[in-house]
Amino acid sequence: MVTRVGMEVSLALADAVKLTQPDVIAAYPITPQTHIVEHLAELVADGELDAEYMPVESEHSAMSACVGASAAGARTFTATSSQGLALMVEVVYVAAPMRLPIVMAVANRALSAPLSIWPDHSDMMSVRDTGWIQIITENGQQAVDNTICSFRIAEDQRVLLPVMVHLDGFTLTHVVEPIIFPEQDAVNRFLPRNRFPLPLNPDRPVAMGEFAPPFIFTETKWAQEVNLRNSKKVITQVWEEFDKAFGRKYTPVEKYHSDGAKVLIMTMGSSGETASVAIDELRDEGMNVGQIRLRLWRPFPFEELREAVKDADVLIVMDRALSFGGPGGPFASEVKAALYNQSKKPKIVSYVISLGGRDVTVSGFKDIIRKGVEIAEKGSKNEYEIYGVKE
Amino acid sequence: MEKYAIYVPRLVKKEEKFAPGHRACIGCGEALAIRQAFKALDNNVIVVNATGCAEIFSSQLPLSSWELPWIHTLFENAAAVASGIEAAYKAMRRKGIKVPENTKVVAIAGDGGTSDIGLQALSGALERGHDFTYICFDNEAYMNTGIQRSSATPFGAWTTTSPTGKKSIGQFSWKKNMPEIVAAHNIPYVATATHGYPFDLMAKVAKAVATNGPAYVHILSACPTGWRSATDTINRQVRMAVQTGMFPLYEVENGVYRMSLDIPKLRPVADYLKTQGRFRHLSDDAIARIQKRVEVEYQKLLEKAGHGSQKTTQRKSRAGAGKISA
Amino acid sequence: MAKSESEMTWKDLEIGNIVTEPGSARVYESGTWRSQRPTYDFKKCIKCGLCALYCPEGCIGPDKDGYFEANMYYCKGCGICARECWPRVIKMVEEVE
Repeated sequence: MVTRVGMEVSLALADAVKLTQPDVIAAYPITPQTHIVEHLAELVADGELDAEYMPVESEHSAMSACVGASAAGARTFTATSSQGLALMVEVVYVAAPMRLPIVMAVANRALSAPLSIWPDHSDMMSVRDTGWIQIITENGQQAVDNTICSFRIAEDQRVLLPVMVHLDGFTLTHVVEPIIFPEQDAVNRFLPRNRFPLPLNPDRPVAMGEFAPPFIFTETKWAQEVNLRNSKKVITQVWEEFDKAFGRKYTPVEKYHSDGAKVLIMTMGSSGETASVAIDELRDEGMNVGQIRLRLWRPFPFEELREAVKDADVLIVMDRALSFGGPGGPFASEVKAALYNQSKKPKIVSYVISLGGRDVTVSGFKDIIRKGVEIAEKGSKNEYEIYGVKE
Repeated sequence: MEKYAIYVPRLVKKEEKFAPGHRACIGCGEALAIRQAFKALDNNVIVVNATGCAEIFSSQLPLSSWELPWIHTLFENAAAVASGIEAAYKAMRRKGIKVPENTKVVAIAGDGGTSDIGLQALSGALERGHDFTYICFDNEAYMNTGIQRSSATPFGAWTTTSPTGKKSIGQFSWKKNMPEIVAAHNIPYVATATHGYPFDLMAKVAKAVATNGPAYVHILSACPTGWRSATDTINRQVRMAVQTGMFPLYEVENGVYRMSLDIPKLRPVADYLKTQGRFRHLSDDAIARIQKRVEVEYQKLLEKAGHGSQKTTQRKSRAGAGKISA
Repeated sequence: MAKSESEMTWKDLEIGNIVTEPGSARVYESGTWRSQRPTYDFKKCIKCGLCALYCPEGCIGPDKDGYFEANMYYCKGCGICARECWPRVIKMVEEVE
């Protein structure tokens, strides 16, 4: 029996965390993640969730507490956003090489200055190279499902890496969406207790976090890289098992009318759903256009991306972050790098859109797509295009 | 001597939780203090170590000096990581997951990692009331990075970032009173100790770890490298710091102050300052200022401990009048 | 530790670069650092153990007769034991080798 409830996505995400039964939750509030940590506090206070709720004094300490708890063998969760993520960056860098299976929800929000509480992906880009597994979600159901999958992926003994679940602040966290919640028993079967193999325990003393002189540092980083790359196999396996158990399938690159399409757009995050409506309308008008959406950001799905774009002539990549003084959209520059050595590749147009919460409408997307096709044909002297600047 | 069966040092545990073969400087007071502190504890301890001398000299991949479970992550988060471990054990125990009984969490950090960059994490962990012990090994500067000043560096001390010169006396501010800041958090147990009085140190560390709730021990650790002093007199130096009132030994147990040592007359601070090259440049005027301030602070402390009527008076300096007993 | 620094490969690393051998630093010969060494006049030694308590290396222990002596593999020659020994058993001399 499947019940679908209409619920604010933050609250749904917190309820999904409850289903995974974490041991320790470290929480520091920052708009727009607040409803997640608030609802978790309520669940703990009412005895519905048995976890140690730590209202820490900064995000840096939130991630540090998660590192400690995870190293001790506990299942840990935290959530943050923009400035908080930026503050905890050094600890985020530490969690991955220490192979700690922490799960963190990031409500993507623009980084200051100027201060903005509205969504874009600049915060996601600040942790791009930290070595975490990163999954991007576009709607409430995906956020709920992937939160549950993240614990399973993180704690898999072949992976043992921290996982970030990205969801757009406000446009996802603060909207009411229809959510189907898995049953607790089914989640228990899907998500067994899988403990860190060498936790901090007086019965078996270990030393974690030693310093590495040059003779061994490169080897530690290579070991980290190999492990992250190999985790992709496990991620796709876990998604397949999730599909079998709950009937919803996720893949690293998801396609929307992209097979055979000559013009493709590529999106990350919730703006992708608005773009899909634009795709539908353009297709009704007769344009041969499709969309691909990135679900798995790290490890980067090179094969799946190359396969998805192999027949396209034009690929318009939408970025919600800007790498100043550089190639513009960070996402687009990664796509360009992934396709550079392919003998057949589409013309790539990089569009920076929707910074700091300025939504792009359906007609806006149609506009971008048409302009993008023009630019692909005529060429442009710009490294990238930026949409909607008031001039 | 035939009447006594044993000397007290022989009652100290033989087992080294902090193994020899570590890379501390010759005559390191911090290494000595760590060794002594862990002699007071059992094997049911998890150590969280902030970045600093102790962490570096005990943990170069692929070797480890620690016989206990140990974790190092970053510089300023020892207290935060420790609170995470404590919460994890609490949760796992409650859920019936098999974890060793009576596991204690001990966070150790230097003065920089405590009173400067680590202050926030420490304050947060103390406020949340986690059951853990925090030990600050205070060598009065950022020694591991090359003797730079911290807020724990005493007034007038030479460091590389507070060097003496035509326009500078050395450290320009008074040493931050970290034990008082911690005591203001109203935690069950705060203590100061030093390796020159090892039995006092060991008793205090054992008491701190046995305390339910947060506990803090501040240990003055001599650094002959950074203090510019002889390697063999480190214990005498820190005892002098205690006897001059520059580093008073006391405990605050549930808000009640208690002096550890009854010093009827403080030694003049000059006796302490001249044992170290970092104070060599101080003028008599500066020394007098230090003397005055030390007396004021010590008096305040005596008052808190209920000995306010006892005035701290200065003993006449016996410098140059023969041997000074340590 | 089986492998030397130059031999260690990325596959030799434990997960998370964790060191699973407690106290493995005991292989390190810190005794090569010293420029002076303790010498003993054991006739005066009362076997009190204070030198062992004050050694930063933790390398002093009783020999088969119960006299406390530093382990030269680790002794860095700081001289604290000589300074703290009340019966004046220990005298620091320059390390010649």
